[in-house]
Amino acid sequence: MSISRRTLLKLVGLTALGVTAEKYVSVHAGSTSAKLVAKAIGAGKRLAGTKPAQKVRLAMVVDLRKCVSEQGCTKCIDACNKAHNIPDFGESKDEIKWIWKEPYQDAFLDQENFYMKDEFKNKKVPVFCNSCDNPPCVEVCPTQATFKRDDGIVMIDWHRCIGCRYCMAACPYGSRSFNWRDPRPFIKDINPDFPTRMKGVVEKCTWCDERVSQGLSPICVDVCPGKALVFGNLNDPGSEVRQLLKDNFSIRRKPGLGTSPEIYYLV
Amino acid sequence: MIEHAFRGNKRYWSWLVFLSLIILTGFYFYMRQFNYGLGITGMSRNVSWGLYIAQFTFMVGVAASAVMVVLPYYLHDYKAFGKITILGEFLAISSVIMCMIFVFVDLGQPFRLLNLMLYPTPHSLLFWDVIALSGYLLLNVVITRVTLDAEHKSTAPPKWIRVVIIVSIPWAVSIHTVTAFLLSGLAGRPFWLTAIMAPRFLASAFSAGPALLVVLCLVMKKLTDFDAGDEALKKLGLIITYAMCVNVFFILMEFFTTFYSGIPSDVSHMQYLYFGFEGKGKLVPWMWASVALAVVSLVLLIVPKTRENHRTFFVACITVFLSIWIDKGLGLVITGFIPSPFGKVVQYWPTIPESLITLGVWAIGFFLITIFYKMVLSIRMESEA
Repeated sequence: MSISRRTLLKLVGLTALGVTAEKYVSVHAGSTSAKLVAKAIGAGKRLAGTKPAQKVRLAMVVDLRKCVSEQGCTKCIDACNKAHNIPDFGESKDEIKWIWKEPYQDAFLDQENFYMKDEFKNKKVPVFCNSCDNPPCVEVCPTQATFKRDDGIVMIDWHRCIGCRYCMAACPYGSRSFNWRDPRPFIKDINPDFPTRMKGVVEKCTWCDERVSQGLSPICVDVCPGKALVFGNLNDPGSEVRQLLKDNFSIRRKPGLGTSPEIYYLV
Repeated sequence: MIEHAFRGNKRYWSWLVFLSLIILTGFYFYMRQFNYGLGITGMSRNVSWGLYIAQFTFMVGVAASAVMVVLPYYLHDYKAFGKITILGEFLAISSVIMCMIFVFVDLGQPFRLLNLMLYPTPHSLLFWDVIALSGYLLLNVVITRVTLDAEHKSTAPPKWIRVVIIVSIPWAVSIHTVTAFLLSGLAGRPFWLTAIMAPRFLASAFSAGPALLVVLCLVMKKLTDFDAGDEALKKLGLIITYAMCVNVFFILMEFFTTFYSGIPSDVSHMQYLYFGFEGKGKLVPWMWASVALAVVSLVLLIVPKTRENHRTFFVACITVFLSIWIDKGLGLVITGFIPSPFGKVVQYWPTIPESLITLGVWAIGFFLITIFYKMVLSIRMESEA
């Protein structure tokens, strides 16, 4: 078998591309081997890095050392609730939440450690939608009402959602809320710049897509008094998020599930 | 053919009126749910699927179980099932319709149902479930219509229908497999993330479904001239026995893997379901009732004497049905959500409106079964006369 110079060059080029792609997968995605197997059997519809890396992959870094939520700070939560017309029903059954606090050991359930630093044992961790790179909610949604934008934000079309709540079953982070009843009478003062929702649809944090589209940061990032939240482009090596992740040890929630959550916690 | 459904004795009519009242009650509460929202149910942010989806899961099994009479009759030419095959198919039709209604009443925005078709999404298992269920419904409607028509005219059914029947056999398996995949494909719900979910679904379906068919046959024997025949009932008894054994075996497999491996996220769900977790265990008495019913049923089924005696066999079938209903129509779906992804136990219990809506859908199922079986029996009586 003879291979022409041209073919050979092509092959070399393709191999190089393939190696780069695989490297990208292994750096970027959670369970690499599973993904490579999936890729091999052609089930790679939601593989990170199988297509050329997009220019922007938004991500959030939460510096838990700076967050003072255990001291009662709820600035990010309050600002979010107000900006997004989130109702307050005064009970937990119908509750809607976009950002909230969870004890460290509940937010990182698989990181059980009784002898952890007291500082973290008592820590309250702000949790929100992880806008996963492999979002299971997007995969299961039967109407594509929930979808991933090119910059990585996971969105919900409140006009298309049929309220089947399959996404709520699929989300490993409990990030999604359902409008069990009409939320409008329970919104303290309505922000006219943001839509209210109707009963029967699912909602969640969308990393303030309405602000991101205007070149702004999510409102929680802006109002954080300790500058504990940092938002930026993960695919830009010079971005602040990348610098923080380079210089600090970070963890993510349930990375072992292969969802590739894009919120990084500095501990 | 349908005209036979409009003729019947007083008992027939009072039964239908009784069912209609339950249906109307359910409808009234559905309208209340429609106006208020799904908050009228016991479901919450943490337990976001409840009785409706659990009933859906259970009824898909009953629907699929028709294959247990269709396969021996058409594929193995097992003549003894000649009288009951069409009853199995009508049971499938009624169950699939119940499934569809259960999904419908569970929707937050029911008027947007058609979005499922407007934006077909092959990467969602729910899309495939819609295809599987509606296809199965269509197949069984065609099959029952054509074969019953042939029986009505005392002619042999056309040859092409055999192809449709053969297709319906793997299709029946597919509806319950896809429904299992709906749950078992979710990485974030360890309770459902098990490869034997689909086999377990099939085993429970092939015991609970035929058990219901036997109960219906024995009730009809008591109330009408219909007799399924001793041989058919005996054979169904064997099928139920084997399927129930396999079903219990699968449940024990889950116990072993969960508790021996001891992974906390897996253990917590099983623990909640059977023993209670963090002092909470609303489902615990139910699950042990299910276990007790399963044990009773297995004894009655495995001992040939009690299996072949119609009275004890009837009890056995009721216990099989109830045991699996508790396991699948109550425990399996709800426990996937308890504890929550944060390890918290938020319990669920259906509310009264939710239970009455559920009861209403069951009544629709019984209503359909009644008029379908009435049609079959009247047509048979007519052709015999």
